[in-house]
Amino acid sequence: MIQDLLAPAVLIGIASSGIRLATPYLYATIGETFGQLSGVLNLGVEGIMLMGAYSGFYVTFKTGNPVLGLLAAIVVGGLMGLGMAIISVTFQAEQGISGIGVYLFGLGMSDLLFQKSLGTVETVSGFQPVEIPFLSQIPVLGQIFFRHNLLVYAAFLLVPVAWFVINKTTWGLKIQAVGQNPAAADALGVSVSAVRYATVTLGGVLSGIAGASLSIGLLNVFQQNLTSGMGFIAVALVYFGGWSPVGVLLGSLLFSLVNALQNWVQVLGIPIPSDFAVMMPYVLTILALVFAVRKVTQPAALTKPFERGEG
Amino acid sequence: MQRPGRSKTRRPWWERWLGPLTPILAALAAFLLGAIMLLALGADPIRAYGSMFEGAFGSVNAFADTIVKATPLLFVGIGICVAFRGGVINIGGEGQLVVGALAATVAAINLPYWPSWAIIPFTLLLGFLGGALWGAIPGVLKAYLNVNEILTTIMMNAIAVQGMNYLLRGPLMDPLQIEQGSFIPQTARFPLAADLPRLVPTRMHLGVILAVLAAVLVWALLWRTTIGFRIRAVGLNPNASRRAGIRVGRYAVMAMLLSGALAGLGGAVQVLGVHHRMFTDGSAMGFTGAAGFNGIVAALFGQLHPIGTIPASVLFGAMIVGANKMQRAVQVPSALITALNGLVVVFVVASEIWRRRLARRSELLNIDRALDTQSDSSQEAGT
Amino acid sequence: MRKTYLVLATLLLAGMLLAACGGAATPAPAEEAKPFRVAVVMPSAINDLAFSQSMYDALSAIQAEKGEENFQFAYSDGLFVVDDAAAAIRDYASQGYDLVIAHGSQYGSSLVEIAPDFPETSFAWGTTVDTFADQGVTNVFAYEARSEQGGYVNGVMAAKLSESGIIGVVGPIETGDAKLYVEGFKAGVAATDPQAEVRVNWIGSFSDVALASEAAQTHINAGADVLTGTAQMVTGAIGVAKERGVLWFGTQSDQTSLSPEIVVANQVYHWEVVLNQMIDLIESGTLGGQAFAIDLANGGEVITYNPDFDLPAEVRSLAEDTVKGIADGSITITLP
Repeated sequence: MIQDLLAPAVLIGIASSGIRLATPYLYATIGETFGQLSGVLNLGVEGIMLMGAYSGFYVTFKTGNPVLGLLAAIVVGGLMGLGMAIISVTFQAEQGISGIGVYLFGLGMSDLLFQKSLGTVETVSGFQPVEIPFLSQIPVLGQIFFRHNLLVYAAFLLVPVAWFVINKTTWGLKIQAVGQNPAAADALGVSVSAVRYATVTLGGVLSGIAGASLSIGLLNVFQQNLTSGMGFIAVALVYFGGWSPVGVLLGSLLFSLVNALQNWVQVLGIPIPSDFAVMMPYVLTILALVFAVRKVTQPAALTKPFERGEG
Repeated sequence: MQRPGRSKTRRPWWERWLGPLTPILAALAAFLLGAIMLLALGADPIRAYGSMFEGAFGSVNAFADTIVKATPLLFVGIGICVAFRGGVINIGGEGQLVVGALAATVAAINLPYWPSWAIIPFTLLLGFLGGALWGAIPGVLKAYLNVNEILTTIMMNAIAVQGMNYLLRGPLMDPLQIEQGSFIPQTARFPLAADLPRLVPTRMHLGVILAVLAAVLVWALLWRTTIGFRIRAVGLNPNASRRAGIRVGRYAVMAMLLSGALAGLGGAVQVLGVHHRMFTDGSAMGFTGAAGFNGIVAALFGQLHPIGTIPASVLFGAMIVGANKMQRAVQVPSALITALNGLVVVFVVASEIWRRRLARRSELLNIDRALDTQSDSSQEAGT
Repeated sequence: MRKTYLVLATLLLAGMLLAACGGAATPAPAEEAKPFRVAVVMPSAINDLAFSQSMYDALSAIQAEKGEENFQFAYSDGLFVVDDAAAAIRDYASQGYDLVIAHGSQYGSSLVEIAPDFPETSFAWGTTVDTFADQGVTNVFAYEARSEQGGYVNGVMAAKLSESGIIGVVGPIETGDAKLYVEGFKAGVAATDPQAEVRVNWIGSFSDVALASEAAQTHINAGADVLTGTAQMVTGAIGVAKERGVLWFGTQSDQTSLSPEIVVANQVYHWEVVLNQMIDLIESGTLGGQAFAIDLANGGEVITYNPDFDLPAEVRSLAEDTVKGIADGSITITLP
């Protein structure tokens, strides 16, 4: 039975399933990476994802146009991110706790809006899978990589873009400076607040898209607590990824591939209790870090609000 | 040499009150927004908030509910105080509550003939140890293998839930459930001897006293012992602590372990004092009531001080209990309550900035006054 | 400067909230002369297209039948947290509701402590068969759904319609109502086509819609051409079934609206059948002590067929015969 897992069809299934599952994590983790690199921990990703998922769904439901839905998710996610920035940058609030507040607000608000505006579980026709010409015809690789919806492709394209922005642009260097040593960055004339406002709002935008990638991409439904804890996993995966876009890509893929694998373990009838199968991605993510020899230090100013030393 | 008459160094009267009142004013501001939402939903905000207060404090039973709700918040909260003071972040309260409760459960259902004075301390001890284990793992991974504790604790929450589901639908399931064929994932009821004694004829149970005792003990540990001093030193400045010869890793593990143990004890108290059997609805929340997260909020509202966490837990518990009452009284969707909870947390935590400012200002004033006094006395000496 | 931010923040939030809450306003129920009053406490949302919705729909149906002046109900949904649910049950009881329903098996240990404090009030607990009569409690009714019966009928149809002989199930955790449904479904498949294989994937959660959708993808990739599933997260699986063009069988509530193209049939719960019996008993002075079950025989479970799905007449009549057979006892379902 175990050897059934190695059949080519199964491996292809695991890979393409893992890629779909990784999509929301990619958006959310890259967004959170920007915020954390600049020194702001946003634990409220889950709440922002839910609001993005709801608004994307609602607009798509009303207009029939998923692009407008995506825009709505971007705007609402951005507003939530901006809210988090106001709270954590201007008001210098304790970031762990304000994130929990943002999470609760998003959890309740998205559900309330859902009940009042839709009332029942509906479906929309969101972003449909697009088979990329030629590429999707390549055996194996085509099936794994090139038969997804646009939001999936965009998520993976985001990784090199984010890498480039962080490592090769002045803005990226400013973000890192602000996260490592805000006082020095400030002395060099970088506005710590402006950078952090931008990164946390960007994080909100990407979290909003992460939610939309579920409600109008992968699932095409919205219901209470649609994201079911994915936002918290995303925060965890940022630590896994060591604040690098490539790192969070690896983390998101590892977690999602193992989740896809455990689905197959159950479907093929391999006799282990389902609860242990479901546990696998969580356990393996921890184990992977235990056995990975790496030297990553977190941004020195992470969770520390910055105030100019004027007393 | 105090000179109270000097206006320059005196704080205006309202400033002295503003500090402690800030969080309450902030919560009121959040409720004001909530009132707008209530109006939009066609509910009467005055009636709604009236019933909220009544639900939390309106009667002996209501107050007892508030206290029962606050108890696990307090256990988690004082654990959070230890962790944060030791420089580690523990988001694993949910998992630690569950593991503590499961450890207590295994003992309670297997010791049908033990008397209360033996079974209660023993099961509570097991809960403490279970939570300690679930806290120590992320502690060790952080201290010695550089695995971030936020990641580990979030993942371990999920692992604990799946482990709980496995045990409750399998080895620990009430034999009666299998016999009746309804397969509800719950254990048998614990022996009556394992019930925590009720305090007054309400649902308030001994757990609240244990929680307050634990808070005092943790305060004493942190501020009156060498271990506590070292935990705080490691949290404040790990590099300086290392230079001073403190084994930083060991104390980080200890902070995480204690934090988990207190949450685990809270889980055991919850199952022995409230439910008298363990059950699952597939997630942790049915049992924990999200106390693993709300306890973090309570601790930070309590200024990360175990004693300050006591009133913070009660107020937070009151808000949850009262808000649920409000939902019933005016029949608004419960989602509104969740959103309102979030708003209160956000507003209160954002308002802390004023409290900090005021505190700093009064400190500066004190310094001013001290300097003044000094210069006064030197002048006096000069003449 | 700071004040400006504060004002901005407040305005922003207020604006969002106002925009958010512009929906329809529902006035509080007006007090009437002497209607029968029911309160229900439920874990998930009333619009979950599953367990909680089935109860909400039942109460709405009774109200439509009896009239609002004779029957009123209040509800608290989203009470996943058991001690919050317990507070709600106690509170509704103290407000003098005639019947307080604890609609969640996890609420039982709280209810057994509350019920004796309100001897004048009747309570109902589901899904279970336990009325706590052995503990001296006399005012609790128990109710359950024989979900294996509808599961069996769905299984019979699934076995007939599957061409690949592989049928996939997406479940939450392997207990309670979900376990009964799945076991019944398996039995129905086995009785119809012993060669067919039923594969079950328990996703370990009642809420993870994304994982449910990937579980469905996995089943289909592994060869399944008919799917079923239970609990509120299956909406994700139904979407996949629609996209990939495989058939779906629903349970608990009618899920046809989600995908009229591929939903074949649903087992729908009609709790009003047992609720009406309880109400009659309460009005004649019996407050508890009896266990009820909805099943195919008493009409509490109904198989609804999707009118838009072209179900072969032969399968339809086989399903109807199976319903009759289970109702009159000529078909018995043996669970493992």
